[in-house]
Amino acid sequence: MKKLWIILLLVAAASFGMAQTVTIGLTVSKTGKYNVESVNQLNGIKLWQQWINDQGGIQVGSKKYKVELKYYDDESKAERVQQLYSRLISQDKVDFLISPYSSGLTAKAAVISEQYGKVMVATGAASDSIFKLGYENVYQIYTPASRYLTATIDMLKAADAGLKKIAIVYEDSKFAKAVATAAKEYAKGLGLNVVLFEGYPPSTTDFGPIINKIKASGAEALVGGGHYADGATFARQLYEQQTPLKMIALLVAPASDEFAQLGDAALGVAAPSQWEPLVKYSPDCGVTPEQFVKMYQEAYGKTPAYRAAGGFAAGLVLQKAIMDAGSLKSAKVRAALDNMDLTIFFGKIKFSTDPDSHGLQLGHDMVQIQWQKKDGKLVKEIVWPLDAKTADLIYPIR
Amino acid sequence: MLEIISSVLDGLLIGLIYGLASIGLTLIFGVMDVVNLAHGSIIALGMFALYLFFGAGLNPYLSLLPVLVLGFLLGVVIYLIAVRRIINGPSLMTLLATFAVSMIIVGIGTAVWSTSPYNVDIKSSTLNILGYTVTTARLIAALSAVLVTFALYYFLYKTTLGKAVRAVSNNREAAELMGIPSQQILAISFGIGTALAMLSGALIATMFPFTILSGGIYELKSFVASVLGGLGNPTGALFGGIILGLIEGSVAPFIQVSWTNVIEFVLFVLILLFFPRGLLGGRR
Amino acid sequence: MKLFKNTLFWLIIAVAALFALVPYLTDNITLRETLVLSAIYIILAANLNLMIGYTGYVNFGSIVFFGLGGYLTLWMVADHGFNVFLAVLIAGLVTSALAFALGIGILRLRGAYFALATIGVNEAVKDFVSNFDTWGGSEGIFMPFTVFKSLGGAGKALWTIYFLIIAVMALSLLLSLWVKRSKFGLGLFAIREDEDAAVVLGVKAPLFKSLAYSLSAFLPAVAGGLYFFKNGSIVPEEAFNLNLSIEAIVMVMLGGQGTVSGPAIGAFLYERLRGMLLTIPGLSNFHMVIAGVLLLLIILFAPGGLMGWLYRIWPRLRRVLE
Repeated sequence: MKKLWIILLLVAAASFGMAQTVTIGLTVSKTGKYNVESVNQLNGIKLWQQWINDQGGIQVGSKKYKVELKYYDDESKAERVQQLYSRLISQDKVDFLISPYSSGLTAKAAVISEQYGKVMVATGAASDSIFKLGYENVYQIYTPASRYLTATIDMLKAADAGLKKIAIVYEDSKFAKAVATAAKEYAKGLGLNVVLFEGYPPSTTDFGPIINKIKASGAEALVGGGHYADGATFARQLYEQQTPLKMIALLVAPASDEFAQLGDAALGVAAPSQWEPLVKYSPDCGVTPEQFVKMYQEAYGKTPAYRAAGGFAAGLVLQKAIMDAGSLKSAKVRAALDNMDLTIFFGKIKFSTDPDSHGLQLGHDMVQIQWQKKDGKLVKEIVWPLDAKTADLIYPIR
Repeated sequence: MLEIISSVLDGLLIGLIYGLASIGLTLIFGVMDVVNLAHGSIIALGMFALYLFFGAGLNPYLSLLPVLVLGFLLGVVIYLIAVRRIINGPSLMTLLATFAVSMIIVGIGTAVWSTSPYNVDIKSSTLNILGYTVTTARLIAALSAVLVTFALYYFLYKTTLGKAVRAVSNNREAAELMGIPSQQILAISFGIGTALAMLSGALIATMFPFTILSGGIYELKSFVASVLGGLGNPTGALFGGIILGLIEGSVAPFIQVSWTNVIEFVLFVLILLFFPRGLLGGRR
Repeated sequence: MKLFKNTLFWLIIAVAALFALVPYLTDNITLRETLVLSAIYIILAANLNLMIGYTGYVNFGSIVFFGLGGYLTLWMVADHGFNVFLAVLIAGLVTSALAFALGIGILRLRGAYFALATIGVNEAVKDFVSNFDTWGGSEGIFMPFTVFKSLGGAGKALWTIYFLIIAVMALSLLLSLWVKRSKFGLGLFAIREDEDAAVVLGVKAPLFKSLAYSLSAFLPAVAGGLYFFKNGSIVPEEAFNLNLSIEAIVMVMLGGQGTVSGPAIGAFLYERLRGMLLTIPGLSNFHMVIAGVLLLLIILFAPGGLMGWLYRIWPRLRRVLE
């Protein structure tokens, strides 16, 4: 009998000391076409997990909850995403969800999170259309696609008031198509002539035919692209084919550090970026941009790109919402997210509560970068907005 | 106008490589009545073979020879394991068997290399001829395709072994009666077919990024080209490849780039339906 | 009806009832999601068997029906507000009609040519749909969430759709059984054995082949409609996934082509194996290798599949489990 009491006391003591946990589920594209970007994003999320757990966990009321992550490889495939998110919810019983990387995969995950009523923070996903389907549980961290290239076009116009002909060539994927369509409307609205507007299949490796078209169209500037793999190949082949453009701005690819591998083909190429290490945001809570860059460098040995920042931001936003709600209940966290209006190291965060666009990111804005030579090395400089730039825009680039 | 000429010239150059790949496919069909559905995966293997040789420090163009040899050996092995036993059975069995081989190759390839794109970074320069820009890589690849095709013709028409291959292709029983060891010839022919496939993959890798799944699209183009020229007819396959390249090149400036694949598939089905013997006549 | 005396008939009903009731009564969503995949595979395999096993024509691109059914359904429901049950039925009928028309063309081809043509058809449809803006192009179709509300909320809707998919599974197997024992089925088997002889004996081969092809398209299309409705969305790469077509062939061959229970058993076993592989890190891509090896071994050494092997060691089984 005495033995039983001792055992019971020990068990009670042990469970008292054991931390409560909150589990966050997601999928990562460890293989497939989103591999590079998705792992980057995961690094950011894991860094946040480490940072918050080092502080004892997320503060929920009077208790602290340590964060546990549960993730699977979605292989960059749409059908895997839905099966895996169903599994995360029904079998692994996660408390909250973070999206996969890319608009296409996030759209798939969003259906599942909505079907089961689980809150999902969508990062690495810029599509507007996800938020037009009447979802109530999905919240977007990135600037939406409709505002991706608009600042780029503003920048072009500011550099060259006489610019007339612009070509928009984009990857035929959910995200890139949305960006391109919005860019086309904006460009036309500013009086530019969109001489070429065409999509290429996501698996394209031979950009020859489309580069020929660009040359034939007489375009002075080119905006477009899609994700990393096709963007990098596109940029390389544009250079190899000696395409006479005054400005090239591509999505995603030039914003990554790996783009420097292209050597001379990278020079002058610009990109809109969700975030850059040298930005000057003053956060209301969480870490500062400098702190984040330092933590990331210590953990991974290199400077973070915006995807990692987006991952960290996702965790941070979820954490703040849980803290504000004082509860882990989905309904209360949703309310907290609906009310959120603050600045973090990543930029401004404010979600739309309009039923037609619930969850869309309203506060965050894009910066523009360009690859330039500094002391003989290729570096990314922030060239827009003008009050935040680290270098002047090179124009024309060729 | 320049755009159209550029496009057509690009198409011609790549068409030569399509032709090389298609000869590999059509040769096997011509000799043993087998549609090699592993063709695409072997093309992809050729891409990775070049990547590996290049990574080991070998000059990419010198690596082409070991790639050929590797392709030949692989083909012989595939023949002996998967095809020989059922070569005389219903054609559907060999179809499924070669398809199974393709699944195995792609599956292992995905496990080893994942589906992230790979690149063979050949520092190729760009030539500008009267406004037509072309990379030296593409020119050399096209040239290599032409050279290998000539070598194949020399083999088939000027050597004894080549004659034996043609004999078995023509009439296997008669060839056996004439003392030709048909099983060996079949294995060798399969090997030659896969060697050509692997080589074309390596040549493509000098120009574009690739994954283990990239072979699929070239397999389809090989089918279209082979069927265009008449399945079983190597000359037909070469011309089929050139014609396909030219079609791609002439159509591309006028339509959305993403429609070219649809057009090729539809062309494929239409040719199968209305010109099953191809434009130059094949075995069937 | 003679069918009611058939053991297999009742076996099929029993299995379907199990599939439907066990997860529902235990409220086990994980089990439901696992079983729904098995059911889809069984539907694909059983209907494919009508072409491969009965008629002797290998359809490499059978998944095109599944995808078309999905697209038609989602388009009708999301863009035109159709009731999902009606939409699914219409999708099935339209796809069958398309299959019949297509069949008249490509069923003239024999053996390898037919197989290649079916691949061509699947890829052509996939590329076409990727460019077809009315169906969302490469982005696909995503249903507004309110559609689920009309079915009583997402939770309830998911169960309703699940039951319907199980019903389609049962129907697929019953269809296989019915065809096999009918005069139509006899004609198909005759075509498979020797098409020219069958024609000489009076079998209207072109008509029968087209009917079989069209029939093999109907239930997969309906299943596709239900499956993608449940997913709330459809994109070209998953709707026309050629790999799934091929795996369906492996399932049919594994279980035993030409039998009724073979494809179902083959599908179930293969799906379990595949599911197991996918959750083992590092091996997730191996399922195609395993499938390939399996297919190769079956082709080389056991073309009759599992049922063929079972029949040889226990001939009485043939009467009960055909």
